[in-house]
Order: sequence, then C-alpha cells, then structure tokens
Amino acid sequence: MSKIRVLVGTKKGAFILTSDGKRKTWKISGPHFAGWEIYHVKGSPADPNRIYASQTSGWFGQIIQRSDDGGKTWDTPGSSPGELESPNGFLKGESNKFVYEGKVGTHKWYDGTQHPWEFKRVWHIEPSLTNPDVAYAGVEDAAIFKTIDGGKTWKELPGLRQAKGHLWQPGAGGMAVHTIILDRKNANRIYIAISAAGAFRSDNGGKTWKPINRGLKSQYELPDPDAEVGHCVHRIALHPSRPDVLFMQKHWDVLRTDNSGEQWREVSGNLPTDFGFPIDVHAHEPETIFVVPIKSDSEHYPPEGKLRVYRSKSGGNEWEPLSKGLPQKDCYVNVLRDAMAVDSLEPCGIYFGTTGGQIYASANGGNSWNAIVRDLPAVYSVEVQVLK
Amino acid sequence: MIRVVLPYHLRNLARVNGEVELEVSSPATVGAVLDALEARYPVLRGTIRDHGTLKRRPFVRFFACKEDLSLEPPETKLPDLVAGGEEPFLIIGAIAGG
Repeated sequence: MSKIRVLVGTKKGAFILTSDGKRKTWKISGPHFAGWEIYHVKGSPADPNRIYASQTSGWFGQIIQRSDDGGKTWDTPGSSPGELESPNGFLKGESNKFVYEGKVGTHKWYDGTQHPWEFKRVWHIEPSLTNPDVAYAGVEDAAIFKTIDGGKTWKELPGLRQAKGHLWQPGAGGMAVHTIILDRKNANRIYIAISAAGAFRSDNGGKTWKPINRGLKSQYELPDPDAEVGHCVHRIALHPSRPDVLFMQKHWDVLRTDNSGEQWREVSGNLPTDFGFPIDVHAHEPETIFVVPIKSDSEHYPPEGKLRVYRSKSGGNEWEPLSKGLPQKDCYVNVLRDAMAVDSLEPCGIYFGTTGGQIYASANGGNSWNAIVRDLPAVYSVEVQVLK
Repeated sequence: MIRVVLPYHLRNLARVNGEVELEVSSPATVGAVLDALEARYPVLRGTIRDHGTLKRRPFVRFFACKEDLSLEPPETKLPDLVAGGEEPFLIIGAIAGG
C-alpha cells in the first residue's frame, strides 16, 4: 500500500506527518530545526528521500538543510568533513551563500525611489523533476537561484531580474519569488510568481524571462491598465498534464490562462470574496481547482469566521463551498500561499495548513475534512509526497 | 587558545556543546576569531557575518570582559584575558523581536 508523507514548514520548525494510503491515522515527527522559521520543505520527485528545507532566522540568516533518508536525519549540504575544504585551499560550506550575480542593481522602493537588491531568505525550493541534485530556490529580494550539486552551492539565474526588475516593488510581505513551477512536458519551460511584480515565464531553462501578466487588473495598486509588471500575484498552479493552462490567485481576483500566460481572464465567479493566497489543482481532474477565500487584504481571515475551501469543477466561475469538518464559527486563521498541496492517490487528497497551526486533510477530493494535527506553530508551507 | 561562547541556535547548527576553543594567531582580534570560527565550522559562514561584505548581522552582538565590541572594527584587539583564554569571547543573539 502507498504511504503518504506531508512536509510542513512552520514559524518555529519543520514537521513531518506520515500515514498509510487510507490517510486516517497519522504520525508526527518534529520539530526539526526547532525555533527556526521554516519557509518551505519539499522532496525531490526523482528521489523522494531527498528533501530540501529552507531554514531561516532574523538573527542568523539563511540555512539550507537536506535529508537523504526521507527526513530522519538532516545536514547542511557540503558540510561533511571530507567536503569542507576545496583542493585550492578555500573553505566551502557555501550551502547558505546566496549572492546576486554581477552588479546588484536596484528595484522600486515604497517611496518610488530605486533601492538595491538585498538577499533576505529563501521562500520556496523547487527540486528538479528528474535530477535530485538539481533544485531551484525562489528568494527575497526577488530572484531565482539554482543548485546542480545537491544544494552545496547556489548560483543566480540573473535573467529574471532583467525582466523589468527596476519596476518591481515590494508588497507589505516583502518582494519574493514564492512560486516556481517546472513544466513536465517541456524541460526548458519554468513559470514563477513574485509579490509584487507578477508572473514570469522562461522558455530556455531560466536564461531569459518574460512577464506574463496581460489581462490582470489591479486598478488601485496599478493605475496603468496595461502595466506589464507590478501585479501582486499570490500563487499560480497548473495540472501536470496541461502545462499551458494555469490558475492564479491574485491579491484580489482568481484568474486562468489557456495559453501559458499570454492572456489571463478572471474566473472569480460566485466566490464570496476573491481575495486569498493558495490555489491548487486536483490531481486527476485538471478543471477542478481549490481556493480558500479570505475576507479582504485588511482582514486576513475567512469571511464570517467560517473556514471554507471553495472548489470549482469547471475551471473557475462556478464555485461550491466545502465546509464539512472545518470550523464554521469563530475561526480567524489565514491560509498562506505555499500551505496547500494535493496528493496523487485515488481519491485525490487535499491538504492545507493554517496560521493557527492546524493541518486539515481531505481524503475524498475536498468533500470532507479532518484536522490531522491542531496545535503546530503558524504553518508557512505544506507539501505532500506519495511513497510506493 | 581562545574560548568562544555561541548562542543556542548556532551551537545546534555547528553541533557543539558548550564553549568552542580556537587557536588564533597573535594579535587576537575580533575579525581573527571570527575567521578561525568559520574555518572550523563552515556552516556558520553567513550566520554571524554576511557573505561577501563580512558585515556583522544586525541582531548579532559581540562581548568580551563585559565590553560590547559589536560596533568596533574587525581589527580591534581582544582584551588580554580573552586572548589568554581566561575569559570567553561571547557571540550573542540580540534581544529583539518577540
């Protein structure tokens, strides 16, 4: 029988939740890296026991951790005794070194002036689909880095910041590459999203990038209706079988594109509010998508204190609330952008974590939910692995 | 030999218990101690000083014999008691945040 492993990043450590394919009883391990902020934990599709974690702290900066045994033990890549010194005598230990390529450059600041890029932390790690030693890191201030040696060293793909980077501006939560999607059908195609710059696509493995934000409307933040960059994209998602169709949860508005981002159209339809953070796609139904509506950008909690996932089976516009098993009164948590994931079992499992420390799971495509753990620190990210 | 006390999270990261003892050539300065520390524990590179610029991270402080050396330049000599191993060099996570 298959086994499920849910990787959870929180404000005070990482947790690993495991279950069998029935997804009824769960074991919890952690906290790993106790006391540190864990922005993201994700396993390699090519080797599920290879897991990368972004460990960060306002005091001590950025650390990359790696496990090669499914999360039982962890190490900072390149830190074993034999790896600590390179042949020319220079020290290694560079797994936490994220230095922008070339001239650092500037981006737009809150007062409209230009401000130099400053590395703060890794928000998202996206391992390669085929090589466990290759992974991409989305960072704040917004840029994308790549490792080809299992996280021992990281090198920026600087073409991204050349895509009108001088016009990008931080939102209230900073300016970070928070989403990275690799196209299973085209190894050269990568999608990323940045708050508050927009969505971007590379068709040559990350060398050059183009903004893909046509059709997005952000009338209060961006008076120019044709602005190519500057949109506050909260999350994008796709179904692996249809990499030209993407869904987006923007600051306000839920949208879709059917041509790889060349043109977007709004599909918010009958949602009670189209503000929110995560969006995800059913593992077996490419037109079935999930969002968690949040009251507004001023009040980051569910409308009416009722936590509801909304599901559309028509790729947007027609939405139904899913509330069975979720708190329907006095609930004032948020669900962050990287805190929703789906598994590939039948029926499809959906998972999401809240800022109140609950991880909710549905083993039936969203029809009903259970809290598989309730009192973790605020949840930053949720990923799921199906192990054979 | 110089004794260095690391903050809790960096002790865990470097996988050490208690103080760290380092050989530092004379003159023993703040910068020389940090160089020796990072040479012994490369995982600490970037956690106390930024990569590249080697500037002290904002919420990390240095103390020696009750003196705050955080704002002093890296070539600042350590007090004799610290250079001689009688007193430790303290690396502190500043009281900040909540």
